[in-house]
Amino acid sequence: MNLHAMRAIYLFEMARAGRTVLQSIIAPVISTSLYFVVFGAAIGSRMQAIDGVSFGSFIVPGLIMLSLLTQSISNASFGIYFPKFTGTIYEVLSAPVAPFEIVVGYVGAAATKSIILALIILATAGLFVPIEVQHPFWMLLFLVLTAVTFSLFGFIIGIWADGFEKLQLVPLLIVTPLTFLGGSFYSITMLPPVWQKVALLNPVVYLVSGFRWSFFGTADVHVGISVIMTLVFLAICLGIITWIFKTGYRLKN
Amino acid sequence: MQNIISVANLSKVYASGFEALKDVSLDIQRGEIFALLGPNGAGKTTLISIICGLVNPSTGTVLADGDNVVTEYRAARSRIGLVPQELTTDAFETVLATVTFSRGLFGKPPNPAHIEKILRELSLWDKRDSRLRTLSGGMKRRVMIAKALSHEPEILFLDEPTAGVDVELRRDMWEVVRQLRESGVTIILTTHYIEEAEEMADRIGVIHRGRIILIEEKAELMRKLGKKQLTLQLQEPLHAIPDGLGAYGLALGDGGNELIYSYDADAEQKGIADVLGALGKAGIHFKDLQTSQRSLEEIFVSLVSERS
Ligand SMILES: Nc1ncnc2c1ncn2[C@@H]1O[C@H](COP(=O)(O)OP(=O)(O)OP(=O)(O)O)[C@@H](O)[C@H]1O
Ligand SMILES: [Mg+2]
Repeated sequence: MNLHAMRAIYLFEMARAGRTVLQSIIAPVISTSLYFVVFGAAIGSRMQAIDGVSFGSFIVPGLIMLSLLTQSISNASFGIYFPKFTGTIYEVLSAPVAPFEIVVGYVGAAATKSIILALIILATAGLFVPIEVQHPFWMLLFLVLTAVTFSLFGFIIGIWADGFEKLQLVPLLIVTPLTFLGGSFYSITMLPPVWQKVALLNPVVYLVSGFRWSFFGTADVHVGISVIMTLVFLAICLGIITWIFKTGYRLKN
Repeated sequence: MQNIISVANLSKVYASGFEALKDVSLDIQRGEIFALLGPNGAGKTTLISIICGLVNPSTGTVLADGDNVVTEYRAARSRIGLVPQELTTDAFETVLATVTFSRGLFGKPPNPAHIEKILRELSLWDKRDSRLRTLSGGMKRRVMIAKALSHEPEILFLDEPTAGVDVELRRDMWEVVRQLRESGVTIILTTHYIEEAEEMADRIGVIHRGRIILIEEKAELMRKLGKKQLTLQLQEPLHAIPDGLGAYGLALGDGGNELIYSYDADAEQKGIADVLGALGKAGIHFKDLQTSQRSLEEIFVSLVSERS
């Protein structure tokens, strides 16, 4: 195992974030604060509690998931797309590194960054609403699983994308809608029965539900199913990445 | 093992259907400097890219010191350093960071002393904290060389290392390459500057339209193909070659003021002596003489044009 290489890639990616630390931290902190001003204070004061949880607190797990998903995807997709775009990827491809090691380096760094971010958002949210975490272990597990899974997904998008538009396309057209429709700001039991069924096709529902359960002990779907669905998605991403490296898809001619 | 790289029956068909390499076989000897020449689009970069793992071969195998570059890529690649043709650098990284990164990537433990040595040799030490985007093209090229050397490769590929590099820097690079060879590194370089190959290489390969059309020791190549010419500046112009000298294949030049004798490098000594003797007998006197040898460039151009 080429530990030096994994470390080199990981640290390189972390250093890249270090240079833009202001953007990567200030921006989400501001947007989270805005959500709380709007949803928590302005609208939330007119909303009933959901499952005995005040609306302001209720949206915290969803908000964190929203950022975790979008940041994981954008960190990882950009991380691999950029060297492809500039051509510096030649060095990684010519190095004695296994695909697994490349993925650990890039995806590990992307996931680390989005987990740190999620914790910052959690802390910011704590300034606005009371937060208690009933199952901290599960909370962290969901955080890590989701960050890793969606960083893998972002990695795939970064390899697939052959232009900046495509890099934006998937997050914009697929992930953001799925997240908003995935019960980030409401319980899917609030939807009409038909739409509840449809919502179950949305993988984000399982993430948000499981994550929210770790906070409040209430969930739209059973937490076990949430974990399984996340693992299924993780396995699919790993399968695709294995195929990518086997064939050299969009990496080698 | 004598051959450090062994390419056998390699071919490459790109997704577009273009056949960039056709049944290429080539052995590189340990410790040599091998120059790969060929016109634009001949397949030089494709060949190097396959050996280094950037392009998948269509058929054929490549061994690097006995290890297959596809199936045993870890062992094979850890020996190989690559300086690609395109200048690609991480604009926001510093020189020191990017070179240190390369060493780690190739699985070597940190060794700041070695990195410092390389940066000093390439006159980059003063620039170690500069961001790459602030460097000139020639300096970026040197950074790419430093990256390739950071992990102490046994085999170094230089794909047009001196393209866009000024004369002085080119001499410096030649010096670096020579030192590397001294230290036992095998070097494969491509270039469009024929004088570079002539100056540096032990052996020369010519690739044309995806086929290797010639592999030869440089000295041997020069000897075989390198026609020599003796030019005599005459004291009195001649209107025709005197009858007695017909056997030597002489020609007149400069309106009869010059007499030109072409000969093979093989026949060297005897030929010239005979000609000069015959001229003396015929009463032809000259005020000056030069010999010239066909450059590698001329050889190369004639080889390629024969084929096209
Ligand atoms: N990705 C690709 N897809 C299709 N054709 C390609 C690809 N890369 C290279 N080629 C073609 O393969 C041929 C060989 O290209 P290559 O880059 O190996 O040439 P080269 O000898 O390095 O040329 P130069 O001296 O210009 O660098 C060219 O005709 C080129 O157009
Ligand atoms: Mg080339």
